[in-house]
Amino acid sequence: MQRLILALIAGGLFGTGLSISGMTDTTKVQGWLDVFGNWDPTLAFVMGGAIIPMAVAWLLTKGRTPLVGGSFPAPSEPKIGHNLVVGSVLFGVGWGLAGLCPGPAIASLSFGGWQGWVFLAAMLAGMWLAPSVRATMDRAVPAE
Amino acid sequence: MLQSIPSDWFWGLAGGLLIGLGGAVYLLGNGRIMGASGIIGGLVDGTGRSTWAERLTFLAGVFLMPALLLPLRDGATTNATSNVAVLVAAGLCVGIGTRIANGCTSGHGVCGISRLSLRGIVATVFYIMAGGLTVVLFRHILGVI
Repeated sequence: MQRLILALIAGGLFGTGLSISGMTDTTKVQGWLDVFGNWDPTLAFVMGGAIIPMAVAWLLTKGRTPLVGGSFPAPSEPKIGHNLVVGSVLFGVGWGLAGLCPGPAIASLSFGGWQGWVFLAAMLAGMWLAPSVRATMDRAVPAE
Repeated sequence: MLQSIPSDWFWGLAGGLLIGLGGAVYLLGNGRIMGASGIIGGLVDGTGRSTWAERLTFLAGVFLMPALLLPLRDGATTNATSNVAVLVAAGLCVGIGTRIANGCTSGHGVCGISRLSLRGIVATVFYIMAGGLTVVLFRHILGVI
């Protein structure tokens, strides 16, 4: 139960932050990516602001365990493979096209109109397809 | 326009701090990384350490707080395109890409960079560059978005 209450609080803070920061407005996201247009630096402030409490949180994990028990996620191996690069490029293309990423897609559902639901449905379909896309890619480039 | 910029920056920073605080609660409380694509993706393909209930409760918070704040935000809108082909293509790219890369703006960007994770930093550089080139190509050259 404690785990679910904390998840609700964390999600609520995330949603509130996305909402008031303007990151549910696709024009602000595309404005940040549009370095050759009317560049909007807001996203840098959001990222910078979010990294500060998170960096403190990572420092606080040292020598501790999570409040509800269990263990903290182990650091990932510093391996840069084709999955990371190809996946991130693909994500960036979609992010640029619509100005939406997974968090804001959920946070904006209550006011984003039918467009938000179409994007969400396509994103879920993409997530469902991802394991077979990854398997195909691993067969083509087995080096990773 | 010039007058509106500093207030946008202020709200961006304030919102960013709340996003980071949410990530801190999820990490220190539940021992989980607050990555939106991982939390949603686990519901789709069943991977990861979290339970369905934990994922759904988190996402309920993400959905509900902006909905509750709507009365305070006059005319909140995403200004998203009404071009269905663009929306579908974008959604597919985001869905496939974030799952193959194992993270998005929140997981790789916020949680990864704050941990000085090489993978998080590399992913962020690539999706920002790809996003920038996409906007240049589809807005300024092709004029689609």
